[in-house]
Amino acid sequence: MFAALGDETRLALVARLSSEGPLSITRLTAGSAVTRQAITKHLDVLATAGLVSDVRRGRERIWELEPEQMEMARAYLERVSKRWDEALDRLKQFVEE
Amino acid sequence: MKLHNSTDRIEKQILLRAPRSRVWRALANAEEFGAWFGMKLEGAIAPGARVHGQITLPEHGNVTVEIVIERMDPESRMSYRWHPYAVESGVDYSSEPTTLVEFQLEEVAEGTRLTVVESGFDGIPLARRAEALRMNDAGWAEQLENIARYVAS
Repeated sequence: MFAALGDETRLALVARLSSEGPLSITRLTAGSAVTRQAITKHLDVLATAGLVSDVRRGRERIWELEPEQMEMARAYLERVSKRWDEALDRLKQFVEE
Repeated sequence: MKLHNSTDRIEKQILLRAPRSRVWRALANAEEFGAWFGMKLEGAIAPGARVHGQITLPEHGNVTVEIVIERMDPESRMSYRWHPYAVESGVDYSSEPTTLVEFQLEEVAEGTRLTVVESGFDGIPLARRAEALRMNDAGWAEQLENIARYVAS
């Protein structure tokens, strides 16, 4: 996921989708020096990382941000979960001594 | 009824090769609880009690926690509320929602099956959760900051 964000163009895409909401590929490409094809490639990288997703509306693909809060919340829970694993291992040692 | 989604709750189960009475003591006795959990607790664990503790794990630094005991059914159940993973010193968490930690003991042939459920994470401000990660994971920190910078610009 970090690798997916480690690129100026991709970060800028995430920022736009975050501030403007779902956008078509046409809107995302407009005013950009980067080609539509290149933007699509970047979006695909972001999609693989679970950061954006697209829906087809007519002939257009509309891209939107997968709420990164959800990712963050999951990462947080994983961290807390790991803490519990460590604590319970210590408890096991403690009571089985 | 509140649905349990994947970000609200943690459930753990562990088999302890020790009698239920032994496991109960490790939970209900403040000194013993502190010994395995990694904190120094002041006061006795009893229903309704507010027990203060100082985390003694090296990776935490100087952090005080407050545990409010809810329920104690000897050798069966114990629950308390606290501010989860609130490991930043100097931050006042008292006005923020807590999570509920429930221990359940069950006698099995090999000893005791202990179930731990911590729930209520969705009530914890996202910013607080992000902070907890940021303090402990440089990779996340950097990316969250990157996103924040771009969103703000």
